Amino acid sequence: MPKLTVDGIEVEVPQGATVLQACEAAGKEIPRFCYHERLSIAGNCRMCLVEVKPGPPKPQASCALPAMDNQEVRTNSEMVKKAREGVMEFLLINHPLDCPICDQGGECDLQDQSVAYGRGGSRYDENKRAVTEKYMGPIIKTVMTRCIHCTRCVRFAEEVAGTEQIGAIGRGENMQITSYLEKAVSSELSGNVIDLCPVGALTSRPYAYEARPWELKKTLGIDVMDAVGTNIRFDSRGREVLRVLPRVNDDVNEEWAHDKTRYAVDGLMRRRLDKPYVRRDGKLVPASWAEAFQAIADVQAGSSVAAVAGDLLDCETMFAARELLAKMGSTLIEGRQTGLKYDVSSLAAVNFNTTLNGIETADAILLVGTNPRWEAPLVNTRIRKAIKHGAKVYGIGAEIDLTYKVEWLGNDMSLLASLPEAVAEAFKGAKRPAIILGGGALAVEGAHGAALALAETFNLVRDTEDGPWNGFNVLHMAASRMGGLMLGWAQPGGMADLVAARPKLLFALGADEVDFSKFDGSFKVFVGHHGDKGAAAADVILPSAAYPEKNGTYVNIEGRVQMSDKAVFAPGDAREDWSILRALSEVLGHKLPFDSFAECRAAMIAAVPALGFEGLASYDWSPPKLAASPSGEVGYPIKDFYLTNAIARASATMQRCSAELLHGEEMLEAAE
Amino acid sequence: MAEAAHIPDEAETRARWGAFAFTDENLAKAKTIIARYPDGRQRSAVMPLLDLAQRQVGAETQTQGWLPVPVIEYVAAMLDMPYIRAYEVASFYTMYNLAPVGRYHVQVCGTTPCLLRGSDDVMAACANKGLVKGKTTPDGLFTLTEVECMGNCANAPMVQINDDNFEDLDYDRTIGILEALAAGESPKAGTQIPGRHTSEPEGGPTTLKQMVDANHDYRGEW
Amino acid sequence: MSFDFLADKDRIFTNVYGFQPWNLKAAQARGDWDKTKDLIAWGQDRIIEEVKASGLRGRGGAGFPTGMKWSFMPKESKDGRPSFLVINADESEPGSCKDREILRHDPHKLIEGALIAGFAMRARAAYIYVRGEYIREAEVLQAAVDEAYEAGLIGKNASKSGYDFDVFVHRGAGAYICGEETAMIESLEGKKGQPRLKPPFPAGAGLYGCPTTVNNVESIAVVPTILRRGASWFASFGRENNKGTKLFQISGHVEKPCVVEEAMSIPFRDLIEKHCGGIRGGWDNLLAVIPGGSSVPLVPAAQIMDAPMDFDGLRELGSGLGTAAIIVMDKSTDIVQAISRLSYFYKHESCGQCTPCREGTGWMWRVMERMRTGDADLSEIDTLYEVTKQVEGHTICALGDAAAWPIQGLIRHFRPEMERRIIEKQGGGLMEAAE
Repeated sequence: MPKLTVDGIEVEVPQGATVLQACEAAGKEIPRFCYHERLSIAGNCRMCLVEVKPGPPKPQASCALPAMDNQEVRTNSEMVKKAREGVMEFLLINHPLDCPICDQGGECDLQDQSVAYGRGGSRYDENKRAVTEKYMGPIIKTVMTRCIHCTRCVRFAEEVAGTEQIGAIGRGENMQITSYLEKAVSSELSGNVIDLCPVGALTSRPYAYEARPWELKKTLGIDVMDAVGTNIRFDSRGREVLRVLPRVNDDVNEEWAHDKTRYAVDGLMRRRLDKPYVRRDGKLVPASWAEAFQAIADVQAGSSVAAVAGDLLDCETMFAARELLAKMGSTLIEGRQTGLKYDVSSLAAVNFNTTLNGIETADAILLVGTNPRWEAPLVNTRIRKAIKHGAKVYGIGAEIDLTYKVEWLGNDMSLLASLPEAVAEAFKGAKRPAIILGGGALAVEGAHGAALALAETFNLVRDTEDGPWNGFNVLHMAASRMGGLMLGWAQPGGMADLVAARPKLLFALGADEVDFSKFDGSFKVFVGHHGDKGAAAADVILPSAAYPEKNGTYVNIEGRVQMSDKAVFAPGDAREDWSILRALSEVLGHKLPFDSFAECRAAMIAAVPALGFEGLASYDWSPPKLAASPSGEVGYPIKDFYLTNAIARASATMQRCSAELLHGEEMLEAAE
Repeated sequence: MAEAAHIPDEAETRARWGAFAFTDENLAKAKTIIARYPDGRQRSAVMPLLDLAQRQVGAETQTQGWLPVPVIEYVAAMLDMPYIRAYEVASFYTMYNLAPVGRYHVQVCGTTPCLLRGSDDVMAACANKGLVKGKTTPDGLFTLTEVECMGNCANAPMVQINDDNFEDLDYDRTIGILEALAAGESPKAGTQIPGRHTSEPEGGPTTLKQMVDANHDYRGEW
Repeated sequence: MSFDFLADKDRIFTNVYGFQPWNLKAAQARGDWDKTKDLIAWGQDRIIEEVKASGLRGRGGAGFPTGMKWSFMPKESKDGRPSFLVINADESEPGSCKDREILRHDPHKLIEGALIAGFAMRARAAYIYVRGEYIREAEVLQAAVDEAYEAGLIGKNASKSGYDFDVFVHRGAGAYICGEETAMIESLEGKKGQPRLKPPFPAGAGLYGCPTTVNNVESIAVVPTILRRGASWFASFGRENNKGTKLFQISGHVEKPCVVEEAMSIPFRDLIEKHCGGIRGGWDNLLAVIPGGSSVPLVPAAQIMDAPMDFDGLRELGSGLGTAAIIVMDKSTDIVQAISRLSYFYKHESCGQCTPCREGTGWMWRVMERMRTGDADLSEIDTLYEVTKQVEGHTICALGDAAAWPIQGLIRHFRPEMERRIIEKQGGGLMEAAE
């Protein structure tokens, strides 16, 4: 624990800390461009120079200098001031003065730091350098003349995304950042370089010229595009969410978000259900809320009612629906729309038990029927980190590019019950072994049981020097999954149980992935926000709020309970889900006992107390004994990363990403 | 070439070079080169392999050679490295030609030690023979580049043409060399001063005179 | 007082001009590879002590004591990492052309030195990084390495010493910056030659993350002779702290430019008179000298004439010995152009990694070009000086300093010349009134 002084203030920092970190510990702001906590140290911008004794009589780059005992660091000396002014001047001599038309304006490190640390004017009279644009894909807009060559984007692509397609070519003042051959960067995480870019070189293409940051209302939210529970911020103006940015949460998303999280939000303005509909003579026609409710009441379903929860739902909606069905006399609720029926008698057996943080520390990982790059890109980055720390990764499934080296064992699930000797040896020798069971595997009869058997064979749940370890992980894809399971949204036979019950009335709550043809005899009510498959099959449509349009509680794959706030109002006549169910309940004669969202949430917490505590819910490890002889090929459920839900399918940006990045369509700039 | 940061349009080069592969002889050389580096460090061989590839392209096109994108990708794939990393290397070092060059790549050193001793005259001689900086002559024979110090300063000014240096130049000697090359001859490389051997003072060495005629062993005098 | 010129018998590089063949047989006849096994039998400590005692300082420019550098290498590998010796043959400093002569005319001295130095620092192999433009030189070196392998001098049980040691030749491809030791390591690893941040220093984590020492060609090639003749022999040349013999390279406006091995501390005048036939047009015609390669500031004629050519003597003149590449400029020289051309060189060779160098070298060159033609304002001389100060000491590697110093030297010694051009361009008399 080195002890040193920064401007006379004594600080003690952890072994291995840098001088820059020591300065921050002392409360001193150190300007920087290239340095980023989550990337390797480049030390190239030279903005973080400080004066350090003992050391050479010149300023030192604090980002790269280890903090040591008895160092005297000065951040406010004349030498440091001059150094910062000098670097700032150099950075600006070839930087265009186009701030008024630059989207980075208002949130630009270069702008901010030049005000704080720069000279008043420039002494540079030569022509400025101009750099040609580099196409980087549908997400990233480039204005490369603004680039200051900090190489954050290069390092991100290499170190975090694992898609080495961005580089710095040429040298000296002709060095240019570019994607390889100026082609689109094929990464689900490409949008992060926009946040990382400290200047306006890489900005958001979908958000180009939409707004200035100071015009935006910022609301804290939780992402629903996968089950990771990425912490996000909705930036909205009026009724529109203009962009989504990740928030820092080291336990969940660190500070990353994938491109669907960021850019599916333009789908919120398209294909919206903004008024109730009732099917008359085979056609859906607009109706009033009262007419829609009456049409449902007219079914006279009694207790013959079932409900399916969609992937994007918040817990409160699922709770309100559960309560309504309970009052009607039914427990037929299911969230696994596509028919999965894995055992849920122990939630720990379907949880991501290592936690997101923990999987980084695993030293042997077996991927079973999962494509984490698409099912949860931010789990994939964690696995990459584990590999960097020396983990071996094996995979059962079709060979795919996960951005790291996987030893693929084959595609047949019988492998799970009879692992090759070498793999078994590796797992026996591992200190922190882990299995990740994907949605593809859960669909194979016996796979869940076989995986749990492996957990026992390899002692995946154990005590280590660093505390308890549970290496058994299930990787879900639906944001509503773990919350739904906590609220009982599962039948022993899955959707098949609902089909078999032939309910008179079926509620589809944002459920767009259901095979509705099996419910021909049911009166189908779709409560949702987008005109997608669910709405098309419905007899009545009740327009509801999408995730930025309501408060809600979500539980991520590791059982982390998180709450999201309402950023904007739902469009037209659409209402928040809980209030729709509350109003309907009255018409059906089964009045729900809450009159506000707060009361709804309180009732939910009273029923399931774990949902009231933000943080990891604890599930006891008491795995069931299940059939354990899987066989047959395993597939990956997601066929198109960019179009996995109704919002994404309505998003022009996601459509373009899908067409260009996955289906190789040429996108002409002029076509924009 | 560091200055040529623009990547040439590829459709044509893909068609021409998409099937590039090392000849058997060069493949053997490549394997020898890769074996110089520890296991798993094969990326270290990217520079020598790019050089080898450029030479093969040169042999196929009767020029000094250059590195079309598919050729760079071929080398990158051989070394299991991302294309962008190989391209970064190819664009960083000046000796990799990212655009086609002529039969003879005339690289005139223009740095101060050569400047002081008349590199302008060498340039003038090149201009007289129709060579233009950064361009290839219409007959495809010469590409002229001004390069930075080539480390022949005691024999300045100089020019490197493909693999050979021509030193102690002046206007006339430069003309002579260019004409000889154009005529298909192989002018003598090294110093162009008659009687000078290498970097000893002109007119004969001031030291080690015994070495001129015999392989003298000085140990007896220690 | 006349200087004791080096006697031929005390010259290490006896085939420096290549009058005789470079091959193994000829090299052995000149004394190379003579009982190398016995030298290795001295053991690591004694070899390093002997090199330390000889006073040998690095010949690549920085002048760091060679023996001390070796002693930084780990005595044993605690984690199984091997150590490496990297030999810097990326001779690219304008004015420098000495390593070329060793590579093409006396390569066996280098290879034998590599074995001994590599043994002394417990390295498993040496990589000799030859600048790409030295095409024929690298061919000779590779052939010499092949010969040495063939003869069992290197490789398994090298020279029957019981020590296994490989020597590999690696060619660069045109980048001055690769002469910087960490850029060289990056380049050897197959990347762009961009210098690394220090710490960690190469002796801790260098090539492939392993302990590595980078030495100049000349520093390594003199080692076998130093060991054979003894530290005191080598230390008998040159002034205190500036010991040994040295390859000087004299270019520019002397009658007979050449490369020559002389004793350290030889007075400039003696060196030029004895080996170069004097200054072109006589000593009165001498304008200035860049005594250590392009990176060091120039020294005006009056100050250099009788200065001892060594580390300390030139440092006292505000310059440096560098690689002992002496660029002589007579009064016909356009001194501003001469320096401006160096500014272009540094702009061209900047790797582009860090801000002050990437942006500063271009700025400095553009201003220098206007200074050359006089298309500038008088106040810009001070601005230029400040810009050089903004680059110097603020960069990752020393290229920033190297780009700044020649300009600083110019302004320090030739400011009136710079002002004259500007004033003339602006119409002479007007400016005088304004001054």
